[in-house]
Amino acid sequence: MTATDLGLPGIGSGGLDSVPTTDAKQTAKDYTSDQEVRWCPGCGDYAVLAAVRQFLPTLGIKRENTVFVSGIGCSSRFPYYLNTYGMHSIHGRAPTIATGLATTRPDLSVWVVTGDGDALSIGGNHLIHALRRNVNIKILLFNNRIYGLTKGQYSPTSEVGKVTKSTPMGSLDHPFNPISLALGAEASFVGRALDSDRKSLQAVLQAAAEHRGSALVEIFQDCPIFNDGSFDLLRKPDTKDQRIIPVTHGEPIRFGPADDNGLGTYAVVQNGFGLSVVEAATVDAGDIVTHDATDHELAFALSRLSDQDLNHTITGIFRNQPRHTYDDAARAQVQAARDAEPDADLQTLLNGHDTWTII
Amino acid sequence: MTTSDTPVEARDSEVVQRDRVVIRFAGDSGDGMQLTGDRFTSETANFGNDLSTLPNFPAEIRAPAGTLPGVSSFQLHFANYDILTPGDRPDVLVAMNPAALKANIKDLPHGGVLIVNTDEFTKRNLTKVGYESNPLEDDSLEPYAVHGVAMATLTRGALEETGLSKKDAERAKNMFALGLLSWMYHRPSESTERFLREKFAKKPEIAEANVLAFKAGHAYGETTEAFAVTYEVAPARLDPGTYRQITGNAALAYGIIAAGRTTSLPVFLGSYPITPASDILHELSRHKSFGVTTFQAEDEISGVGAALGASFGGSLGVTTTSGPGIALKAETVGLAVTLELPLLVIDVQRGGPSTGLPTKTEQADLLQALHGRNGEAPLPVIAPCTPGDCFSAAVEAAAIAVRYRTPVMLLSDGALANGSEPWKIPDVSELPTVDPGFATEPNAPDGSGEFWPYLRDTETLARPWAIPGTPGLEHRVGGLEKADGHGAISYDPDNHDRMVRLRQAKIDGIEVPDLVVDDPDAGPDNAGADLLVIGWGSTYGPINAAARRVRKLGHSVATAHLRHLNPMPANLGEVLRSYRTVLCPEMNLGQLALLLRGEHLVDVKSYTKVAGLPFGAEELQDVFLDYLTGTHPDASRNGSRTGTSNQITGAQA
Ligand code: SF4
Repeated sequence: MTATDLGLPGIGSGGLDSVPTTDAKQTAKDYTSDQEVRWCPGCGDYAVLAAVRQFLPTLGIKRENTVFVSGIGCSSRFPYYLNTYGMHSIHGRAPTIATGLATTRPDLSVWVVTGDGDALSIGGNHLIHALRRNVNIKILLFNNRIYGLTKGQYSPTSEVGKVTKSTPMGSLDHPFNPISLALGAEASFVGRALDSDRKSLQAVLQAAAEHRGSALVEIFQDCPIFNDGSFDLLRKPDTKDQRIIPVTHGEPIRFGPADDNGLGTYAVVQNGFGLSVVEAATVDAGDIVTHDATDHELAFALSRLSDQDLNHTITGIFRNQPRHTYDDAARAQVQAARDAEPDADLQTLLNGHDTWTII
Repeated sequence: MTTSDTPVEARDSEVVQRDRVVIRFAGDSGDGMQLTGDRFTSETANFGNDLSTLPNFPAEIRAPAGTLPGVSSFQLHFANYDILTPGDRPDVLVAMNPAALKANIKDLPHGGVLIVNTDEFTKRNLTKVGYESNPLEDDSLEPYAVHGVAMATLTRGALEETGLSKKDAERAKNMFALGLLSWMYHRPSESTERFLREKFAKKPEIAEANVLAFKAGHAYGETTEAFAVTYEVAPARLDPGTYRQITGNAALAYGIIAAGRTTSLPVFLGSYPITPASDILHELSRHKSFGVTTFQAEDEISGVGAALGASFGGSLGVTTTSGPGIALKAETVGLAVTLELPLLVIDVQRGGPSTGLPTKTEQADLLQALHGRNGEAPLPVIAPCTPGDCFSAAVEAAAIAVRYRTPVMLLSDGALANGSEPWKIPDVSELPTVDPGFATEPNAPDGSGEFWPYLRDTETLARPWAIPGTPGLEHRVGGLEKADGHGAISYDPDNHDRMVRLRQAKIDGIEVPDLVVDDPDAGPDNAGADLLVIGWGSTYGPINAAARRVRKLGHSVATAHLRHLNPMPANLGEVLRSYRTVLCPEMNLGQLALLLRGEHLVDVKSYTKVAGLPFGAEELQDVFLDYLTGTHPDASRNGSRTGTSNQITGAQA
């Protein structure tokens, strides 16, 4: 088998370029459906829903050209609460449905809502393949590190040793690092935000929407019922500054309480093939790593700073590197075939090369 | 009469006229037997015979050379009249090596013609397949008309000038065999020469070698005196029309393309490679100029998921697979049932369970197609009966899917998929069309201006299909139960009961034509046959061929064929009850018989075989005769339930 030059159209256009826009003023209320929201009180999903309802109108695209597809799990009820087109599908399969939809309908902004069990366990295969294909879909991965809807079993992102209903002596599985997984699957856009941090969340969503290709956004989300306080280390004032590392493309990676210059006390520096965190004052400014969202290796190294204990958790955009999208290329191939054979005739096709006539 | 040129060449050999001939090419998987058979088929189609083929090959890409598991064969039946099956037993067997001889000789009737490539009958090859002495030298082949031909040597000789290596030259020996057989049966050979030049266009020396070998085989027949007789089979008197040769998988692919036209929808195929369905994916991926998008998914589930996503967006979503793939897709198909979106699900059945016999045929997925989902998840099931019929079955399945907003299952099988026959090419302008009828306006009966996605059409019970991008009709669908009409999530017990029955009623209400019975002896003065033989899918050919045979012997037998497995024709019960005995031959353990018995309380007799091969006409003829003459143990026990003995009967056959 030989590879062939695909002669693909140029890359770099925006994720919403082929979606019709509107000048009409849209509000969060327009994006709110008539369905009563039914998550548990205190569930992190509420905050994400509010952020998304507020964010969608800012895209300026037509509401009827927005589609949310979800799988199964608490977060997968999301589409019911948005007044857009939506499909609440089956466990783990939302990326497949979104792939078929996005490939056939370039005029839609297609979003997938999924959870850690939905995306990383039952649907793991679809997730990695959607990312490597780089279909123009935006995947919101609500990671609460537990199975909520089925009432509290450990998930593929739960810490080792987690005591749950199905693991009374502690879970044995080593968890996935969803960001490392996505980067390993060739994702062209990977970001992360905390459910309660509306501003950063919306900024990541905005960039994801504008990215042409697959975008994976991991959202740390609290399940107060079955995994209460799972992300408290990233929320509590006394710990969060030491642990959350917000990154911005083109800026040196500094975090923690501000020093005299208003810069973070801590910095990220190179350490062998990886990265480590040091006190900024102890290193040369030139040794501090500047974030480059187009650097795949750096993105991966950044993802490795977090482990199960949520040490040094990067938020923001790990990677934003456009490349050809599957759906653009698939449509281009169909178009190229049509251009090459503008009068493709079905009767001629059916007749084939060798016919005989009986009279 | 046909308009094809009939080659008339001067020959010294005696020319014998035949009505029909069955030829089987058999060799090692590496010998190119499928190509040889395909080419002979094309020549025969061009000549204007009716024909039917049965390719039979191992699941391994290359089983060890020269072994019994590595034998690949291609059987072709052609005639001067319309035939229904690829034939039971060959009149001519071409055996390219000892393994092919050993695996196939039992099917050659005494007196049959056996053409053997003697070069492969070495001590080593003979030992490999357990021949203690060379059958060409002992008297074991005495009952046959044996022609030993040193095909490899002769091919090598013919290609001496080309400078090809010995090994490369010998690889063309299948074309030598084809040339010889083409001569024997007066086949036109221009198309084969043209085909070889096209196929090997990038390697002209190989193309030339194959053409030379083909010509050498032809000349060998003509010039040596080994073959005293050649045969002519006159063109068949088929229905007037323009014909081509087609395989079931090609017909299905064309049917899917045509369905895009008849439904005015872009076609989206989501598929994962699987034997014996992959050729549909291959074929469709070559026809993007018809607006067909093909997506090779990461797995079966993704294939159907993407197809369903495309349907949600207003395409004709299609997925193609075989039995194991259907099992994997079941949950998504169930979702399509409850979403009530059009979707075409194609199952090219193969031997099961599990991986089973990937390259062999079977029809044991009927119950899976009908019932293989959780919950009450009814969907229409339709089964083509011949390779060419796969085209119209695909067009019809798509029309039902669009009209009734439902997934439709189409059941082909390995024999239809790879088998071929002359196909009367339909006139595209005469294909029935169906309007997708997308919803564009709010429809709430309360005049609220809302859109109710589950408000049904009163006639078809189909729901409106509102595709994203339609302003004002934004709505959410999903796998959770919906409120009748409004479509919001509903856990109301009565609503669920109503929705389950509505989904069933919609499928039950699909219009399908009445069952047609072929009962030639029935008439105003005659009650007709006592025995009705009913079948579905690819058993159509053998059942009707067997019926012809028993009618020729002076017996009355009626036949009927179920194309629509769900819903079944309205007159089915009446038909079943009007015959004293109803017999249902199936390549499973009696799945249709079970349904007919359960639905219509008729004591349907089952004749079953699951050997990976189609029924033979002779085999079924004997079964019919047993029933007709009352010698079948079941024939005299009308009315008693004999399920277990049915199965034993089948197993003994
Ligand atoms: S179980 Fe947990 S994740 Fe699910 S709705 Fe309740 S709080 Fe939210």
